[in-house]
Amino acid sequence: MTTHPPKVLITKIGFDGHDRGSRVVASFLRDAGMEVVYTPPWQDIPAVVKLAMEEDVDVIGLSSLATDHLIVPKLMQALNAAGLKDIAVIVGGIVPDADESMLLEAGVAKVFHPGSGLDEIAAEVGRLADARRAVSV
Amino acid sequence: MNKPLEASKWSAQETGAEQWQREFAASVASDKPTCNRSGIAIKPLYTPQDWHGDYATDLGYPGQPPYTRGIYASMHRGRTWTQRQLIGLGTPRDYNARLLDMIAQGTTAVSLIPCNSVFRGYDMDEVHAELLGTCGVVVNTVEHMDQCLEGVDLARTSCAMNDPTPFGLLALMLATAKKRGVDWSKISGTSNQSDYLSHFVANHMFFRIALPGARRILIDHIEFCQQRLPNWNPVSVVGQHMQQAGATPAEAMAFTLCSAIQYAEDCAARGMAPDTFLPRFTFFFDISVSLFEEIAKFRAGRRIWGRITRERFGARDPRSWRFKFHGQTSGVDLTRQQPLNNIARVTIQAMAGIFGGLQSLHTDAYDEALSCPTEFGARIAVNTQNILREEAHLTDVIDPLGGSYYIEALTDEMEQKILAVMAQVDAAGGMYRAVEQGLPQKMIGESARSFQERIGSGQQTVVGVNAYQVEEGRSDRQALPTPDPEKMRAHIAAFQAYKARRSQAAVQAAQDGLAAAANDPRQNIFARVVEAAEAGCTHGEICATLRRELGFGQPLIVV
Repeated sequence: MTTHPPKVLITKIGFDGHDRGSRVVASFLRDAGMEVVYTPPWQDIPAVVKLAMEEDVDVIGLSSLATDHLIVPKLMQALNAAGLKDIAVIVGGIVPDADESMLLEAGVAKVFHPGSGLDEIAAEVGRLADARRAVSV
Repeated sequence: MNKPLEASKWSAQETGAEQWQREFAASVASDKPTCNRSGIAIKPLYTPQDWHGDYATDLGYPGQPPYTRGIYASMHRGRTWTQRQLIGLGTPRDYNARLLDMIAQGTTAVSLIPCNSVFRGYDMDEVHAELLGTCGVVVNTVEHMDQCLEGVDLARTSCAMNDPTPFGLLALMLATAKKRGVDWSKISGTSNQSDYLSHFVANHMFFRIALPGARRILIDHIEFCQQRLPNWNPVSVVGQHMQQAGATPAEAMAFTLCSAIQYAEDCAARGMAPDTFLPRFTFFFDISVSLFEEIAKFRAGRRIWGRITRERFGARDPRSWRFKFHGQTSGVDLTRQQPLNNIARVTIQAMAGIFGGLQSLHTDAYDEALSCPTEFGARIAVNTQNILREEAHLTDVIDPLGGSYYIEALTDEMEQKILAVMAQVDAAGGMYRAVEQGLPQKMIGESARSFQERIGSGQQTVVGVNAYQVEEGRSDRQALPTPDPEKMRAHIAAFQAYKARRSQAAVQAAQDGLAAAANDPRQNIFARVVEAAEAGCTHGEICATLRRELGFGQPLIVV
């Protein structure tokens, strides 16, 4: 079914620039054979939507260290409005438990907390990409 | 009768060292070689055979070159380290209440962390309102700064401003001091985050202005402080960002020293004499849980800096040789899993910094891997320092681990490792050029990845993450309350009212002066930043003008 590798956009929205997590995850997914689109931090929400659409990614991985996850629901709305509901969004970083529920309700597929294994993240990205392809084929 | 004779014959054949070798090998069947985070092989035992240094030339006395044992004669015995906790939350009023509370609990110096919107150089009405004040105080104007520091005697309290290029928060503080009638020459503290190279390399948070502009403003700032703020430290060279981003302790120390060399060379190129600016250089480091490695890192760094200032820059004033540093316990080492374990980690990290001879310390709260720290977590962090100082008496003896075969051998090996990385940077043309080429970025990225893989493979234990896990439910801990939206709306409304009532002509003139200075190398940009703050310009307006004139910087990302 999948003829080309999963394609994932790794990015950060909001105001924080701590990007160790996003860089480590991006390089691991790339070496695991996935196609990775990587951006510097502080992307605007419309820029992320545009990039996801142009690059036709399967998954968007958002890294958040310093409360930027609070604006992820705005990104989810913007993706829906752009007709990109099929792109799975995952969030990794410092997300308090109470906020995790808020993100899942907003449509985020999965939240990875500190201590998550790189293999575990790669497996989830692969699974979400396969699921998207299965629907769209 | 001849039994003792046999024994002495036996010992004549085998030395104590050989006997230990044999017995160690017999009892530890498969001793695996271990390496510290910087890649130095660690032996099971260190003896006089492992250190051949000379006490006077390699260690010496505290307060004397080569400074291995500390930069002051009395070190913590004479004056304990400064307890400097980072705080910043919500509105200036919220911040002020928390600050006065921390001072009452024993914090001896002010530290101000602004909201990330401020770090990025935008005012509160330019950003996502949901994020305002969630990670620092929203301070945009001189009025806000005045509120933040209400009840704080600016002539007597050292203030650390987390304030990158163009140092707008310091400008707001100076404007506040002038309003209060406080003489600027009495103002003391540090421009934390003045190290634009570390931001460019490792923590893109504050990267507001393109590299050449940032380079010029830093030197303008140093020059201004030299003339007007004799008690202010304009330069804090930051290894913390790089180590948090994944650099090994040796790499972080090497890059930091290389950045300091770059700034010193830039000052010298401006015609300043080394002894006029070097005494005000300070450093800021991360302290990981790798106890002995961190102690050796600090001792080695101190020795190298003492040598560089004397030999490379020809500094003659001993104050130029001193490697003054602030340490912050590493947040990356903290875990979300079983978070109370973090109290133990922070204690070990703090001990490493104290034994390493730091001048000022921030201990992280145990709950930082869960969210911004709560007041409860912050109190434990402060008390960890109080316990180490007053119950464990870590201030009693200067450099208590000096002379340990292990510590001295490791200090030498870390020094070699650090010098090797510094040579790579030198070969690339110095830190500014190396950063433009992405060299430190690449090395840090590789080290971060390799450390993560060591955790993934179980080579590096992280308790609660890849070993000793327990089933944990969702934490029942109260998340830090986010700023009250009502209060934040009022804060924004007051901000807009402030902008409407100030003298628009004065603001415009100051902005024009700032823009002109940005395009005129004979002028001091920071002096114009201070004038703009005094004229009522907001922090975001000052940043916007300089961003326009000097260009917005794009980070060079190396994945």
